[in-house]
Amino acid sequence: MAEILTQREKQIFRKGTECFDMSCEKKSAAGSVSQRACVFCGSRVVLYPIVDALHLVHGPIGCASYTWDIRGALSSGRQLYRMSFSTDLQEEDVVFGGEKKLYRSLIELIDRYKPKSAFVYATCIVGIIGDDVDAVCERVSKEKGIPVLPVHSEGFKGTKKDGYKAACVALFKLVGTAGIGGIEKNSINILGDFNIAGETWMIRDYYNRMGVEVVSTITGDGRTDDICRSHGASLNVVQCSGSMLYLAKMMKEKYDIPFMRVSYFGVEDTSEALLKVAEFFKDTGIIAKTKELIREETEIYLPEILKYRDKLRGKKATVYVGGAFKAFSLIKALDMVGMSVSVVGSQTGNQDDYARLREMCDEGTIILDDSNPVELANFSLEKKVDIFIGGVKERPMAYKLGIGFCDHNHQRKEALTGYKGMLNFIKEVHSSLMSPVWRFTSRNGNAL
Amino acid sequence: MLLRHTSKEIKERKALSVNPAKTCQPIGAMYAALGLHGCMPHSHGSQGCCAYHRSALTRHYKEPIMAATSSFTEGASVFGGQANLVQAINNIFTIYKPDIIAVHTTCLSETIGDDVNQICQKAREDGKVPEGKHVIHCNTPSYVGSHITGYSNMLKGIIKYFSKSTGVKKDQINIISGWVEPSDMREIKRIAGQMGIKIVLFPDTSDILDAPQTGVHAFYPKGGTTIPELISTGDSKFSLALGKLATDAAAKDLDSKCKVKFKTVDLPIGLSATDRFIVALSNVADIDVPECITEERGRLVDIITDMQQYFYNKRVALFGDPDHLVALTELLVDLDMRPVYIITGTSGKAFNKRIEEILSDTVPDAKIKSGANADLFLLHQWIKNEPVDLIIGNSYGKHIARDEDIPFLRMGFPILDRIGHSYFPIVGYSGAMRILEKILSLLMDRQDRDASEESFELVM
Repeated sequence: MAEILTQREKQIFRKGTECFDMSCEKKSAAGSVSQRACVFCGSRVVLYPIVDALHLVHGPIGCASYTWDIRGALSSGRQLYRMSFSTDLQEEDVVFGGEKKLYRSLIELIDRYKPKSAFVYATCIVGIIGDDVDAVCERVSKEKGIPVLPVHSEGFKGTKKDGYKAACVALFKLVGTAGIGGIEKNSINILGDFNIAGETWMIRDYYNRMGVEVVSTITGDGRTDDICRSHGASLNVVQCSGSMLYLAKMMKEKYDIPFMRVSYFGVEDTSEALLKVAEFFKDTGIIAKTKELIREETEIYLPEILKYRDKLRGKKATVYVGGAFKAFSLIKALDMVGMSVSVVGSQTGNQDDYARLREMCDEGTIILDDSNPVELANFSLEKKVDIFIGGVKERPMAYKLGIGFCDHNHQRKEALTGYKGMLNFIKEVHSSLMSPVWRFTSRNGNAL
Repeated sequence: MLLRHTSKEIKERKALSVNPAKTCQPIGAMYAALGLHGCMPHSHGSQGCCAYHRSALTRHYKEPIMAATSSFTEGASVFGGQANLVQAINNIFTIYKPDIIAVHTTCLSETIGDDVNQICQKAREDGKVPEGKHVIHCNTPSYVGSHITGYSNMLKGIIKYFSKSTGVKKDQINIISGWVEPSDMREIKRIAGQMGIKIVLFPDTSDILDAPQTGVHAFYPKGGTTIPELISTGDSKFSLALGKLATDAAAKDLDSKCKVKFKTVDLPIGLSATDRFIVALSNVADIDVPECITEERGRLVDIITDMQQYFYNKRVALFGDPDHLVALTELLVDLDMRPVYIITGTSGKAFNKRIEEILSDTVPDAKIKSGANADLFLLHQWIKNEPVDLIIGNSYGKHIARDEDIPFLRMGFPILDRIGHSYFPIVGYSGAMRILEKILSLLMDRQDRDASEESFELVM
């Protein structure tokens, strides 16, 4: 059994053995080898896919280095967002302030690249030395005539979730700044998909086929001009746990645009999402086309997916994700091919999320909040799981244990959303789980 | 297209880094600390720093990277991080049970003025450090220097804390390793073993970051320099420091603390640098170079004679970390190639001087830049103005290589898109053979690719 820090006891739940009082949305215990990141990380990942914007990291070099082109969020247009721009603050800047450097950097970059907008990320020490980032942004915005948006993403000011919020606050300043002429009644914004491996394109294509206009994609393959007129859409369709929910709420309040939360992972959830959107418009044409789309796609992909069921039936998984919302879909998706989830957790889930996870899981399933490698490894071994579904830091750990791995995070290389994505996902799970390498390895803590 | 955002026209930049050839100090401290046995690196700052460093190291080494963080909050940033660090030390020893916690700072904890030395002392006084366990630290403000500076600072911290002089010298030599792959550290031990010399290598990430698959997740794999070895460095006869920017300061500290004389040599990458390393090692250990090493050298020279006709006069652009660049530049000159552009984000006058020394006779017009604004954007601009035949550097060179259609040899840190660099050495004579083979394959592949049907030849 895993040793557990006493401070963490309430962040671990074993279904069927204890009364449920999951403690979550807490700061990580100091000294924990947490898999969590910081506020800046949250802001940077969600704004990064706005491809025609300039992204300038205001701080010492590290924050820019570590986020330079690491995420496969694809662009159909400019590639400017994949460059790394930093004010590279030095000791003298920390003493005398970095505002001048920030101003000069912005002017130079805007003159050179003529971006549609610019985002300036304030990192930890910018918050400490007290640079007036807002004022510099406002000045440059006036001089250059493009939106220059401060993102208050000082790393210590909360968790990754607060970073999402800071990003939404910056985005919201763009919303409503352009005309909405020509936008159809049956129109939506796609929120919370980041076009990893082209996933936004896939989803966008579904909506096109349904006869629903997509005004903007926030932020996958995102465009400044589209975001500026996104308040012209009739509905915000929000994917992903928390990242864009805050923006949707602000748009509801100010522009009275309703929103709905969906997931595009798995056949079941994708169909439900598309149908929910279609029904929102109460348009028989759209509903008919959507049903047709669901039928077509399911007919193509479901038999392909189910081919794997015989091989995968009874296999067990650990699922550890950033936001808990994704875990719901993954549990359902794995269930479709006869697999169960024995260990499930998230970095940033809330009470409701964990209550729902508990409902969905079998007896004995272990549910974790803000977990660490010791727990993840030990619980995975205890439950003898066959595959680990997680992010970059978990892959080598799973392999060391002799457990297969599938990246369901930034480093996925195949689109995993929608119908085709579900097939890709199951294929990936199957290929890793059935790899001949496991014949040669020690597995699940047992010597060969 | 990608990176068609680089203009040919070069303008002086005052305030901006574009596509850096460096990263920040703390990750270097973390990598150095991973080379100690039973050590948990600890990042005293926000959670994100630690997560980024672990991710970056994981992507490069393809191994689980364990490190803890003080998880700074807004409160800690106002009132200081003492409570966080003391609690962290307590928690780490309670649950993760390392022998050593190696604390490094971040820009945040440095700027708010945390006195980490004093906080670690307080943790000891409060009984948070169990008997026989150790907390060491170093300062790594991210706004000074680069990841190499951080690596160097952690080495200094290790010596400050562990090295002791008993007054009785031991028949052993310290080898202070620069930031190289675990495979390189393994190779250095192999070479010393072949020469029959007892060494203490530190740090030593072999058997930690190239650990075998075992079916368990070992928090502290069997490798790494042990505590008794670290303590004994103060009694060693001599220290050989490999790579000036990463290790010279630590060797100096050890000399002034424990009177261990030292010599700093270039990283033993390539023929000449390995020669000097072997000679230095044989001199300080007072032994003759064994036949097997002479033969290994002979094989390298033999390979160079076979290959030299293809290398002649090829223009090469290099970027990355200073100690690697010094050694690689010399290797290229030995191969009759022309290292024309050399860039590192790590600043250091010693670096420029050493490179100029190597190139003064052969490529006096080479462009060399280090420190501020020495980034890949500038390198790309240079290449646009006058192209090269080969680029050598970490994975971030792939954009330029593709954009300009130039063969590209991945070498250095980080390598994010290939596997193998942490398993095969580039140091020593056999390491040099591997570099040569890679360079030649790239040049030949290119020739084949570009050859017309008539000139496409089987025998090259």
